[in-house]
Amino acid sequence: MNDTLDVVLRLIAVLVVFLVLPLLVGQTEHKVMAHMQGRLGPMYAGGFHGWAQLVADGVKFAQKEDIVPADADRRVFQLAPAVALLPYLLVLIAIPVGPDGFVGQTVDAGLIFVLAVMGVGVLGSLMAGWASANKFSLLGGLRTAAQLMAYELPMLLTAASVAMAAGTLSLPGIVDGYHWWWTPWQLVGGVVFFTAGLAELQRPPFDMPVADSEIIFGAYTEYTGLRFALFLLAEYAGIVVLCALTTVLFLGGWHGPWSGSAGWLWTLVKTALLAFVVIWLRVSYPRLREDQLQKLAWTVLIPLSLAQIALTGVVKVVIS
Amino acid sequence: MSERVNEGRTDVDYFHGYSVVGLVAVVGVLFVSVAFASGRLLRPVVPTPEKMLTYECGVDPVGGDWAHTQIRYYVYSFLYVIFAVDAIFLFPWATVFAAPGYGGATLVEMFVFLGFLAVGLLYAWKKGVLEWT
Repeated sequence: MNDTLDVVLRLIAVLVVFLVLPLLVGQTEHKVMAHMQGRLGPMYAGGFHGWAQLVADGVKFAQKEDIVPADADRRVFQLAPAVALLPYLLVLIAIPVGPDGFVGQTVDAGLIFVLAVMGVGVLGSLMAGWASANKFSLLGGLRTAAQLMAYELPMLLTAASVAMAAGTLSLPGIVDGYHWWWTPWQLVGGVVFFTAGLAELQRPPFDMPVADSEIIFGAYTEYTGLRFALFLLAEYAGIVVLCALTTVLFLGGWHGPWSGSAGWLWTLVKTALLAFVVIWLRVSYPRLREDQLQKLAWTVLIPLSLAQIALTGVVKVVIS
Repeated sequence: MSERVNEGRTDVDYFHGYSVVGLVAVVGVLFVSVAFASGRLLRPVVPTPEKMLTYECGVDPVGGDWAHTQIRYYVYSFLYVIFAVDAIFLFPWATVFAAPGYGGATLVEMFVFLGFLAVGLLYAWKKGVLEWT
């Protein structure tokens, strides 16, 4: 009975994190972007500095009419947001927050599990693009799929480099084995992983699949109301997951001063800092062209990650 | 594998882990279903033929729903499949290569493997499939 309660609590915790953290990131993005651009951002909703802007947005989305175009493939069109969103919820359960089993659920091959499940999210965009029966959506969907090819490989290779360093695929195991000099040792891999992750999330400067000035809003052009909101939620949940994963793999997760009592705080702080960087990059860089992303991935990121694997292998064999 | 034995864990633990993951998936499906169902109660339904029209910047859609796209994506997908299948083999190797009894020779094998990947990538690069312009 105690076991059941434990599992139920974990499930609730994961769902709450999944619903709250993306909203925090979204609100931060509103305010940070605004101040970087010399604006104030939302100031009205909720009274204090527009803190309830995203809640108000959610209420608005829920009341909007749900339009499925007459030509669309109805079932696939309606299911696509769920397929895009749920993988990030699944991933959250495997990400360790603090020492001594402070994790939703320890998954033995956690690293593989996380990378595999994150890849499924792209299917949602592809389904949306294909089922909308709209030229812009189709172009956006195919760009998304092409982007998958570009970033997935550097991500896998740099994650393999971390697995080599730690000698395990379990995410808590990787953080357990962390030493401070891992960060400089794996620095190239970390940068490659983070960059590839940005491309997975279709965040600027890699937002060609939703490029509003070229193809309206890519695969999501035909969506309104709640389903559109779920796609947006998926993007921000993706930011949380990517930043948390980068923290766990490359920045030592809960390690830091007083990690015994405040370990979980370190994980959250590092994740929040990375999320800030994601927002910062959006404000700073213009969008790349589709072919420039492919070129960047295949001629820069992949050679760099192969070099990182070589470096990790040599250092690891020398010191052991 | 050896760690599992050391900690005295069994297949029961192993399946317990993944059943919790399965429960998360169930929670997720429930969440989405509740969201869609409550959305149905909250929103108006006033369809008109104009609303259901495919969006094409405000004018009536021209032609069908197909669009020309880059055939080069096809080459990338081939490259990707080859590399991704290779990359997956890295993971089991990564967990044991520094263990006692492996060491240097295993690392050399890995460099041969990486060499193959690099040569394949260089070949594709030389053939010009990685650049469009």
